[in-house]
Amino acid sequence: LVLSQGEQTICTCTSDRLLIKGAKIVNDDQSFCADIYMEDGLIKQIGENLIVPGGVKTIDAHGRMVMPGGIDVHTRFQMPDRGMTAADDFYQGTRAALAGGTTMIIDHVVPEPGMTLISAFNQWREWADSKACCDYSLHVDITEWHKGVLEEMEALVKDHGVNSFLVYLAYKDVFQLTDSQIYEVFSVIRDLGAIAQVHAENGDIIVEEQRRILELGITGPEGHVLSRPEELEAEAVNRSVTVANQTNCPLYITKVMSKSAADVIAQARKKGTVVYGEPITASLGTDGSHYWSKNWAKAATYVTSPPLSPDPTTPDYLNSLLSCGDLQVTGSAHCTFNTAQRAVGKDDFTLIPEGTNGTEERMSIIWDKCVVTGKMDENQFVAVTSTNAAKIFNLYPRKGRIAVGSDADLVLWDPELTKIISAKSHNLAVEYNIFEGTEVRGSPLVVISQGKIVLEDGNLHTTEGSGRYVTRKPFPDYVYKRIKARSRLAELRGVPRGLYDGPVCEVSVTPKAMTPASSAKTSPAKQPDQPVRNLHQSGFSLSGAQIDDNIPRRNTQRIVAPPGGRTNITSLG
Amino acid sequence: MLSLRLLCNRNVKVCSERLLIKGGRIVNDDQSFYADIYMEDGVIKQIGDNLIVPGGVKTIEADGKMVIPGGIDIHTHLQMPFRGTSTVDDFSQGTKAALAGGTTMIVDHVIPEPGSSLVEAFERWREWADEKACCDYSLHVDITHWNDSIKQEVLSLIKEKGVNSFQVYMAYKDLYQMSNSELYEIFTFLGEHGGIAQVHAENGEIIAEEQNRMLEMGITGPEGHVLSRPEELEAEAVFRAVTIGSQTNCPLYVTRVMSKSAADIISQARKKGNVVFGEPVTASLGTDGTHYWSKNWAKAASFVTSPPLSPDPTTPDYLNTLLASGDLSVVGSAHCTFSVAQKAIGKDDFTQIPEGVNGAEERMSVIWDKAVVTGKMDENMFVAVTSTNAAKILNLYPRKGRIAVGSDSDLVIWDTDATRTITAKTHHSAAEYNVFEGMELRGAPMLVVCQGKIVLEDGNLHATAGTGRFIPCSPYPDFAYKRVKARKQLAILKAVPRGMYDGPVSEFSPMSRGGTPSASTRTSPTKAPARNLYQSGFTLSGPEEAPIRPAGRRIVVPPGGRSNITSLS
Repeated sequence: LVLSQGEQTICTCTSDRLLIKGAKIVNDDQSFCADIYMEDGLIKQIGENLIVPGGVKTIDAHGRMVMPGGIDVHTRFQMPDRGMTAADDFYQGTRAALAGGTTMIIDHVVPEPGMTLISAFNQWREWADSKACCDYSLHVDITEWHKGVLEEMEALVKDHGVNSFLVYLAYKDVFQLTDSQIYEVFSVIRDLGAIAQVHAENGDIIVEEQRRILELGITGPEGHVLSRPEELEAEAVNRSVTVANQTNCPLYITKVMSKSAADVIAQARKKGTVVYGEPITASLGTDGSHYWSKNWAKAATYVTSPPLSPDPTTPDYLNSLLSCGDLQVTGSAHCTFNTAQRAVGKDDFTLIPEGTNGTEERMSIIWDKCVVTGKMDENQFVAVTSTNAAKIFNLYPRKGRIAVGSDADLVLWDPELTKIISAKSHNLAVEYNIFEGTEVRGSPLVVISQGKIVLEDGNLHTTEGSGRYVTRKPFPDYVYKRIKARSRLAELRGVPRGLYDGPVCEVSVTPKAMTPASSAKTSPAKQPDQPVRNLHQSGFSLSGAQIDDNIPRRNTQRIVAPPGGRTNITSLG
Repeated sequence: MLSLRLLCNRNVKVCSERLLIKGGRIVNDDQSFYADIYMEDGVIKQIGDNLIVPGGVKTIEADGKMVIPGGIDIHTHLQMPFRGTSTVDDFSQGTKAALAGGTTMIVDHVIPEPGSSLVEAFERWREWADEKACCDYSLHVDITHWNDSIKQEVLSLIKEKGVNSFQVYMAYKDLYQMSNSELYEIFTFLGEHGGIAQVHAENGEIIAEEQNRMLEMGITGPEGHVLSRPEELEAEAVFRAVTIGSQTNCPLYVTRVMSKSAADIISQARKKGNVVFGEPVTASLGTDGTHYWSKNWAKAASFVTSPPLSPDPTTPDYLNTLLASGDLSVVGSAHCTFSVAQKAIGKDDFTQIPEGVNGAEERMSVIWDKAVVTGKMDENMFVAVTSTNAAKILNLYPRKGRIAVGSDSDLVIWDTDATRTITAKTHHSAAEYNVFEGMELRGAPMLVVCQGKIVLEDGNLHATAGTGRFIPCSPYPDFAYKRVKARKQLAILKAVPRGMYDGPVSEFSPMSRGGTPSASTRTSPTKAPARNLYQSGFTLSGPEEAPIRPAGRRIVVPPGGRSNITSLS
C-alpha cells in the first residue's frame, strides 16, 4: 500500500520516531504483548527487544491496551445548511474525534441539488485540507440523478479515490430519489465497484405525517419524532435491501436508529444479502425520550434523522446486535448546530437543522455499553470501531490494524478511566451535548495520529491542516468477493422454443395492464449505443430475437393461420 | 336504508322453494353437529332434529355427509375488459364454474380505466353481472387514479352503493400504480370511512427496470414474466403497504399472496399487531411457477399472472400451512382467464401477455386436498378460510358464511371421498388451458344449494343466468374495525407544553435542505382543518395562526432580557 499521491507532503512527520514499550496490542483477531516502533508515520517494527535508533521518544504502556485508532465512518463537519454551517468545522470536529481516540474520519460531501458532484467534492477537499487534524476520506452523496451524475461518479471513483456514494430515500423534493432512480444508481455503483450507502426513511410518508402533526398544532421537537416513526425507517431499509438484491449491489445502511430497522438488516444478512448496518453514537448511547423535554433548546439538540427512538430499550438492543455481528460499523453522524441555529425551527420542527454530536464520545460509549457489560470483547471492539470500517471502505490493512507497514494511528486505551460527559468539558463548539451527564468507563490515554502524539495527559496537540486525504480504491475484497461470485451465477437464459404460430387475438391500441417496456424516461444508466444484446446472446433460437427487433411492433395483429397449416406447438398436452 | 333494499331484493327474486336436508353434519367455522336444515324463500328457517315442516317438501338425505356454508370466492375478474376484448369467462360462465366447485358467492373487481368515473364503472359491472350472474355477488372497486372527485365517488360508493373494499395497485407503473403519498391518502380516507384497503403488492418501479433488462437480454417468453417479477418485489411492496396501513390505522388486505416471502411479511405484521389480511389464491395454493419454463409457449403463457407463481416448488405447501395456522385469512381464485389467442398478443414480448389464471371452480377442492386431507387444518378451519372469514371481512356475516337460522340458504354437501382429475377437457371455464391440468384432487361438492335452490346435483349443473343478486356490503366491518376504532382512541397525540423560545435565532436562507419543506405545493385531498378539533388548552410555542414564516431572521434579544428557558440545565 502506498500513501495517497500527496498534495500533502509527509515532511511534517519524517522526523517523528516513536516507541511504545510493553503494550498489549489489540487487533480485531487477537491480542498479544509486544513493543511497537514507528517512523515516518508508519509502523516499522513490532516485537520484543526491538533494535531502534537511539534517542527515540518512548512511551511505556505498562501492559495497557494499544489498539488501531478509531475510524469514524460518518461525519458531517462544517456542513452547509440553508446558508448556515454546522458549528463544528473540520478543525473543531477532528480535534474532538482525536480527543475520543478516533484517528480517521470519513465525511459526507453533500452537493446542493444543481451543483456538480466534482465541484462539491473539491469544495470539501479544500475545507478539509486546510483544517483537518487527522486523516480523512470522503463519501459523496447523490442528491439528484441524470447522465452527468453518472459520468461524475465514474470520475470520482477513477481519479479521486471515492468508493462510496449515499442516496436518500427521505427529504422529499430535495434529495429524495425514486425507486427506479435508486435501481439505476445501484446498478452504476455495482459496475464501478463502490458501496451504495442509504439514508433509509420513507420520505413520502414523512411529508404526510409532518403535515398531519403540524395540523394537530404540534410544532415542537416532539413533532420531529412523531412524524418519523421507526416503521418508516424499517420500511425504507427493507426497500433498499430489495433493490440491492435485485441489482447485486453491496448495501450500507447509514444511521441505524431503531430496533425495527436493525432487525430488517439482521434478517437480510441471514438471507444472504451483502448489507452492512451502521448504528451511530447517538443511537447506541441515548434515546428519543428527550424530544419531550420542556427545555426547547435541549429537545432540539436531539433532532436528527432518522430520529432517536423513544423506546428506551433501543440502545441496549442495538449494542447487542453490534456485538453479535448483525451490525458491523459505528459512525457518529456528527453534525452539530448551536442553539441559535436550531432555533430557526422554533415554531416549526420541520425547519430545525438536523444532527447530533458523537465523534468524541463514540469509542467510550461503545466500550462502556458493550465491553464493560460483557456483550463484546476488546477484539470485537476494535472490529466495530475501526477494522470493519477499514475493510468495507478498502483502507485495510493500512488503517484498522496494528501491523508492520500500517499507518501509525494508534490509541493507548485505559479501560479504567471514568469520565462524565458534559458540554462544559467537551471539545465541541455547541452548548449542548446529547450525552450530558452520562458516566462512561474507558477512555484514550494517549492518541497517536500519523506517528505523532496528539493526546497525552489529557492535553490535545493537534495541528490544523495536518490531516491527509486518503484515497480509496474500488472493489474492496471484503465486499466484492461475494458480489463477483454472484454476478457470475446470475446469468439468465430464455427458454428455447419454436415460434408460436397459433391464432393471435386482435386488440385495440390502448395499453393494457402492463408496464410499457419502452419507457420514454431518459435513464443515464442505459446507453442506447451499448450493444447489450450481443454480449449475452447465446446460441439457441428465441422466439423474440429477430432481426427486425428494433422495429416497433404493430399494435394490432390479426389472427393468422400460416400457409401450409399449423405446427403442433400450441396443442394441449 | 340498506337493509330495506336487501329485503326488496329478496322478495322480488326468490320464489317459494322449500327444501329440507336431513341427516347432515352441519359444519360451521366454530363447530360441527348433526341436524336437519329446513329452508324456505332462500333463507334457512329451521335447524334441529325432528323439524315440523310443511308437507310435500323436497327432501335431501345427506346420510351424515358434511353440510357446509357455500364458498365465497372473494376475488374474481369475470368478463374483465381488456384492450377491446374481454376475458373468456363472463359472469355466466364464471359463476357456473364457481357453483360447480361449491362456491355460491363471488366478489368481482371493478377496474375503472384511469381517468374515468368509479361510479360509472361500478354501474357497468352491475349491469353485466345482473344480467348474467348465476349466484350472488358483490363488488370491490379498484382505485386506479386519485383526486378529489374520486374521493367523492369512493364516499358515495361506500354510503350508497354497498361497496366497502377498494383495491389500489403498487405495480403497473404509469398505468394503475399509486405513489406512496397517494397510498397514504387513500388509506387515511378509507380508514376514516370504514373501508378495507386492498393492495396489489408488487414494486412496479423495479419491475419496469427488470422488464427492460430481460428484454434487452433477449428473453421474450413467459419465463421473462417471472424473472422480471422476483418474489422479493412482492414482499417489499407488502412490507411497504403494511407500514402505510399501520401509519394510517387502516385495515389492510393483501390480494394474491403468491410467495413465501410475502406471506412471511404478513405473518410478521400480524404478530406485531397490524390489522392485515392475506389472500392466497387457488393458483398459489395448488401449483407453482416452474411451468413458465414449459417448451409449450401456450401452456407457459396460461400461467402468466401477477404477482407470478413462485418457481419455488415448496411454495404451495408453505402457503397452505400459513393458511391453516391463521396467518393468512381467506382464499380467492383471482379467476381471470384468457384464450390462447388472447395470451398470444404477447408472443414476442412477455410484457404484453394478458395476465390471469383460472381457479374459481378448483378453489374449494384444492384447499381440501392440500390442507384438510394432509391434516394441516380441520373441516371447521376449511369453512373459515373458504367462506366465513370472507363474509366477516365483507361485513356480510352471518347472512353469508354460516349455516344458521336466518342466514341465506347457500350451502354445499361436501363429499370428502370424491376424487376427480382436473382437466381443461371437463372444466366449466371457457379457457383452453387449466393451470391445474392433470391434478388429482380429493374432496368435491356433491350437491350445491344456492338461494335455496339446488344448482348442482348428480354432477349436473342447473344454474340460471341472471338469478344472482348484488349483495351490498356495509362499511366498518366489526371483524376489522373493532380494533381499528379502539386504536383510534389511543392514537391522539399531544404537544409538549413549553414556554416560548426566546433566545437568539440564526439567520438562514430559505434555500431548503435537511428538513423536508413542509409547505409542499401539492394539493392533498385529505387535508382537513384538523387543528381546531384536536387543539388542547396548553400554550404552544407557535400559537400564532397562519404561520407564514419570514425566510431570513436575525438574531434577536427581546426587550427586557431573556427568560431562562434556553440555559443549560
